[in-house]
Amino acid sequence: MNKIVMRYLAVALIAALAAACSGGNTEPVTANSSSGSGSSQSLQINGAGATFPYPIYSKWFSEYNTLHSNIRVNYQSIGSGGGIQQVINQTVFFGATDGPMTDEQLKAAPGPILHFPTVLGAVVPVYNIPGVTAELKFTGPVLADIYLGKIKKWNDPALAKLNPGVTLPATDVTVVHRSDGSGTTYIFVDYLSKVSPQFKSDVGVSTSVKWPTGVGGKGNEGVSGLVTQTPGSIGYVELIYALQNKINFGSVQNAAGEFVKASVDTVTKAADAAAPNIPADFRVSITNAQGAGAYPISSFTWLLLYEDPKDKAAGKAMVDFMRWALTDGQKYAADLGYAPLPANVTMLEQAALARIKVS
Amino acid sequence: MRSSDFTFRVGVGAFAAALLLIVVAIAVTLANDSTLSIQKFGLGFWGTSNWDPVAGEFGALPFIWGTLYSSVLALLIATPVALGIAVFISELCPGALRAPLIFLTELLAAIPSIVYGLWGIFVLVPAVRSVETAMPDSLRALPLFSGPPLGVGMFAAALILAVMVVPFTSAIAREVLRTVPASQREAAFALGATRFEAIRAAMFYARTGIIGAVMLGFGRALGETMAVTMVIGNNPQVSLSLFAPQYTMAAVLANEFTEAADALYLSALIEIGLVLFVITLIVNMLSRVLIWSMARQAAPRPAVLVPRGAEA
Amino acid sequence: MTGARTATPRKVLSALFVFACALCVGLALVPLVFVLFFVISQGVQSLNVDFFTHDPRPVGEPGGGMANAIVGTLILTGLAAAMAVPIGILSGVYLSEYRGSRLASAVRFAADTLNGVPSIVIGVFAYAVAVLPLRHFSTLAGGFALGVMMIPIITRTTEELLLLVPNALREGALALGATRARAVFTVIVPAALPGIITGVVLALARIAGETAPLLFTSFNNRFFSTSLTQPISSITVQVFTYAISPYEDWHRQAWAGALVLVTIVLVCSMAARFAAARVASIRGR
Repeated sequence: MNKIVMRYLAVALIAALAAACSGGNTEPVTANSSSGSGSSQSLQINGAGATFPYPIYSKWFSEYNTLHSNIRVNYQSIGSGGGIQQVINQTVFFGATDGPMTDEQLKAAPGPILHFPTVLGAVVPVYNIPGVTAELKFTGPVLADIYLGKIKKWNDPALAKLNPGVTLPATDVTVVHRSDGSGTTYIFVDYLSKVSPQFKSDVGVSTSVKWPTGVGGKGNEGVSGLVTQTPGSIGYVELIYALQNKINFGSVQNAAGEFVKASVDTVTKAADAAAPNIPADFRVSITNAQGAGAYPISSFTWLLLYEDPKDKAAGKAMVDFMRWALTDGQKYAADLGYAPLPANVTMLEQAALARIKVS
Repeated sequence: MRSSDFTFRVGVGAFAAALLLIVVAIAVTLANDSTLSIQKFGLGFWGTSNWDPVAGEFGALPFIWGTLYSSVLALLIATPVALGIAVFISELCPGALRAPLIFLTELLAAIPSIVYGLWGIFVLVPAVRSVETAMPDSLRALPLFSGPPLGVGMFAAALILAVMVVPFTSAIAREVLRTVPASQREAAFALGATRFEAIRAAMFYARTGIIGAVMLGFGRALGETMAVTMVIGNNPQVSLSLFAPQYTMAAVLANEFTEAADALYLSALIEIGLVLFVITLIVNMLSRVLIWSMARQAAPRPAVLVPRGAEA
Repeated sequence: MTGARTATPRKVLSALFVFACALCVGLALVPLVFVLFFVISQGVQSLNVDFFTHDPRPVGEPGGGMANAIVGTLILTGLAAAMAVPIGILSGVYLSEYRGSRLASAVRFAADTLNGVPSIVIGVFAYAVAVLPLRHFSTLAGGFALGVMMIPIITRTTEELLLLVPNALREGALALGATRARAVFTVIVPAALPGIITGVVLALARIAGETAPLLFTSFNNRFFSTSLTQPISSITVQVFTYAISPYEDWHRQAWAGALVLVTIVLVCSMAARFAAARVASIRGR
């Protein structure tokens, strides 16, 4: 009898140990953030969304954590569509997207959500053509035709005309797009719809569209991965993904007729045209911007915050973070290939941040 | 019954009922959350190919096609191999080799799906791509092989699925062969049969069970998610081509679930989950009925068939 | 007529058949060797102290690791076991003690059904039940999803093992005047306990390798966290995130993570089988 009891006790002890190890912090918590007891008062805030700004957000949250060790912001890059959905469901505290929320999505949320631009970025056409290292020139209509499946081979006359000095092989074009709901997609199709009426009617503008052709990759990461691994492929990714992974990307013809390659400079020029007239809710598209030297596939990227968050402590922490991001944080942008925000936009945002009810 | 026995029965029965409750809860939750989509699209959901979240049009034909096509292909590749292994281990191999071989095939089952996916992306897909590029143009003209050589696509998915299905089918087939009474084989040998003919007789005897084992493998292939998502190309199209990137029900759930940005989209995805649940339920049920009926026919004692999970 | 020494077509066919079966075994072993080779050779390069002690660094910064993911997997499997072991074992007890009852048939059917439900569907279920209502991705939800997957495995294993316990033991206990409860918990279950523990360990090894149900329950966490109500990292989800990324450094870490996973699974499987074999040989079965 004793032996049996001992055996059961042993099993129970192991189970208790396992449970204790996972016990951790189980105090009552408010949605999506947790405060520890004791002097550290650490706060974990969960956010999710766009992969487009992930490199700079992960840098920002890491730096901010070094400055304020009790604030831990856990950001998961699952795509803008995911960010919008999860913030509407309130399964995360904040969302991030490069495609602004539609009016219907805003109506579906339990409370008013505010958009805050964080940086400017560019979507670039990346390609992997065996034997071609030159920088290719694209126009909007040509890109649209490639993604509509009308241009099927790399040595198509339309491409050859734009790139007279380059020998393009007769390889099939493998189109790579996003398989998840993506703000990067939004920016890209927003631009293509502006320059190609057929693209607008056949495909349309959204974070998740019905692609006429191509392979899907998950996240900017997935598209970059597929393009690097697939000879003859073309994809669209945020500039930093092309730079960090040393993938060739081409220049695109802007509204003024110039062929412009994406860079901090050219993206800033695109924003300059729109900055003076930016709407109060900051939802604006700057693709196909007018003006010399502007890169046509540029965009703001936004952080989504509830105007009246349930968790006031997390709300205050995020407002403080945003104030830091809009000032000191902008310093990190250029190194990572993002353009800092125009000055008048940051000023308007600082004012808008006061709308968030933190007490 | 003594009162303490009654308490025992009720107490333990409550836990058993909890299991039942969980399964019922799954079915109910899935059905409940997909009513929006079922009401809007009805049966047409499964006949149309138009998966268009922008327009709110959801046709799931490509997913069910991709799931069935990849699983059937995987079965075609895996079944002969799995049966060969089962026959070899149970009938043909020297006794000393038996345990190590069983261990090795079960190792195949134990490797997590994500590891297969990782290997798939970095090793299998480039290999398939070079096979596809090396194909002569005459073959490429066939609808079965048409399309650019991407590497990712139906073929890579079917290969990975086949590798993952083999250990399950072979383990059950082995068990089934074990329950064939020795008298069957002895009679065959007594009549002068070769080893092949004797085994053939045993397999004929065990045919229902073997079909059950194959179906179990099929059920496994239907639900596999991670390894397939990473190598199938994620393109919702209905295509016969082995090279074409396609999509399965499990893969679309994994990729799009967190972003279904409105109630209809989410409901459509959950309806896919519901159908996946029902299909795997039917396939598994059928397979177990087949295995069980064969076991009962072969041996009067209750056959001890080790469940899949414990083998893994 | 005798044909004992001549190679008749039938004999040739039989020999070919035997060869074909051996070939099948070889064919199955090829991917196994292939996968293990790659996982070990690629993973070993990236296994260093950093990997086990550091959390992920931002993209582009070296020195990141998977410490939080390893702890996360341990916590998640611990939670799953805490939920599944009691339900699984006691259900197994019910199924073996009251074999013929209607509830037992229904539960057996339910267990087999649950065993066959794809893990992604269980993830969807866990999201609907444990994440959405609470407005939270959490470790608990992830543990719940994994636990649901473990229950049928443990139930069926326990049932089979309890049935193998010789009737003499049960009859002896009852003859000595024990109540049913006492007979089961002090005689029958302990007799089958080594096998049951083996089954639990094997089930743990299996769900430690699951990814799909965690994608929308425990989500992921860049930081080291042990909180049950926060998202938590896990080796499987982290390997997935890294694998589909374009960064070389992350790819290397993915292989290392895969190596850790495979090692855990292998060690558990081998240990469990070794223990089971020893027990069987001791008992002389």
